[in-house]
Amino acid sequence: MGNKSLSAKLSQAVLIAVLFAVSVVMIIPILHVVASSFSSQAALIQSKFLLFPTDFSLDAYKYVFSTSTFMDGMKISLLITVAGTALKMLVTLMLAYALAHKDMPGRKIINYAVLITLVFSAGMIPNFITFTSYGLKNSLWALILPALIDPFNLIVIRSFIQEIPAEIEESAKIDGANDARILFSIIVPLSMATIATFSLFYAVVIWNSYFDAILYINEAKKFPVQVLLRQIILLSGSLGDSSGMGLDFYVPPRTVRMAVITAATAPILVVYPFLQKYFAKGVMLGSVKG
Amino acid sequence: MSQTRAKERLASMLPQPPRIGSLWKRIAANKWLYLLALPGVLYFVLFRYTPMWGLLIAFQKYNAALGFLGSEWIGLKNFTDFFSSPDFTNLFRNTFILAIYNLFFFFPLPIVLALMLNSVRSYRYKRIVQTVTYMPHFLSWVIIASICQVMFTTEGGIINDIIFALSGKKLDFLTNPRFFRGMITGQVIWRETGWGTIIFLAALSGVDPQLYDAAHVDGANGWQRLWSITLPAIFGTIITMLILRLGHFLDTGFSQIFLMVNPLNRDVGEVFDTYIYRQGIKEYSKLSYTTAVGMFKSVVGLALVFCADRIAKKSGSSGIL
Repeated sequence: MGNKSLSAKLSQAVLIAVLFAVSVVMIIPILHVVASSFSSQAALIQSKFLLFPTDFSLDAYKYVFSTSTFMDGMKISLLITVAGTALKMLVTLMLAYALAHKDMPGRKIINYAVLITLVFSAGMIPNFITFTSYGLKNSLWALILPALIDPFNLIVIRSFIQEIPAEIEESAKIDGANDARILFSIIVPLSMATIATFSLFYAVVIWNSYFDAILYINEAKKFPVQVLLRQIILLSGSLGDSSGMGLDFYVPPRTVRMAVITAATAPILVVYPFLQKYFAKGVMLGSVKG
Repeated sequence: MSQTRAKERLASMLPQPPRIGSLWKRIAANKWLYLLALPGVLYFVLFRYTPMWGLLIAFQKYNAALGFLGSEWIGLKNFTDFFSSPDFTNLFRNTFILAIYNLFFFFPLPIVLALMLNSVRSYRYKRIVQTVTYMPHFLSWVIIASICQVMFTTEGGIINDIIFALSGKKLDFLTNPRFFRGMITGQVIWRETGWGTIIFLAALSGVDPQLYDAAHVDGANGWQRLWSITLPAIFGTIITMLILRLGHFLDTGFSQIFLMVNPLNRDVGEVFDTYIYRQGIKEYSKLSYTTAVGMFKSVVGLALVFCADRIAKKSGSSGIL
């Protein structure tokens, strides 16, 4: 379209301006919180609307990193995110690989069983009673096992494995390799992009999860970072649903609150460039196959 | 799709030992696959299906000391109790109104944003806007609720400082029931508008550019092209997304609401899941009663999804199941 009339140029300018405004609205809350966390308490009180660090100060972070409660929470979240992602990916991949084989007797039943869980679940209370009877109360496993496989991810990964030409597997079989070897030495290397995508999916979900922790974890020293964040920001502000969950926080200074939010968000912001690249693809894959 | 079919057909013509022979032989030939599937299958059995037995306590007066087998069976009493309690209408009203807010204020926005992104000529600018607007999707509700708390609080929050500077008043966004639904819907708009464009952008990328060229030659202006080419192209997607939303209308974002509800706004904020949590686990341990409430929600939700799927298929889209 070579014809660049005045009205076309004008409409492009309006479009760019509107999209700019939308982007600003999206980014300002994050910018404000991050900038405030790197400012001094005095600067924050003086000039309210901070979008860039003013009177740069790391005091808030020095305080946050010196409190063992919050750092323990970060460590626990990191631990369950890394270990949980690895475990979830492994189990999902193994089941997806098996279900990708059309000649495996029983495959249909398992497929239906998986699909049903997409539209029906036992619900909060039966889950709670059952998982508590498994001994998950106050165990970090409670933050990993109840959502070990995401049925949706499983279905998409299965479809992906089915796309890999069957001949590759056939030739490995002729060479005497069993299914486990084929999966780990042939299928996995071929699916690294998919595995990366869904590992990120899983990792973000685990890092962001907090409700399972509220249900199953009563010991404060086992709280993941999201639960601590809720305690520090929401409950200390005399809001929220359950005051006095065993921790008595004083209302921390504003810069500290900003620093706590920033620290809990940082891992997401660090992996975001990768997330954005792969996730859109993953979502598209899902919506096409789903 | 047809390529894989062709491949399958080809594969089935080749000699395939597992296909021949008895079922037992086929199972034996696949023993490694069963071994690989085992942990995943165990997960579904133990964590997705075993709890479904627990639904039976909805028909009991469950007593943890007597256990599942020893507790008294009371038929549908838990359900009738719930239906006749004022909580029932309250929960339904709150859920319904939130869904309506969502439908009117959030649902159109990703479509509008996708249309705008699709019309931007500069590819780089489009990428930048996408990068920025997708980001909130990855932040947890705890983080979003926390950001809201520090920005909207009457004690030094930036929003209230601005309002105070302009009008000399402060608004209690976080505690006044009047603002609750607006805050919830606003959070959804902030978090999901950008991310929601993906599906519409995909539909838009399927439009044949020649159609636009042809319309251009015929002298159609921008609005005419929007009405007669672009909108019809994504109409099916819009309808599917709409039906999908109706099918899940009981599933208000539990985590999100749980974080924003407090004793002051509970009247308008309480939805099914927060009610189940509070009555069942947090405050009263009414396990049987709340299981009944949860079961009611699950069953209605299931029926809604199936209805939505039927409607979607009747309206000509591929359906959602």
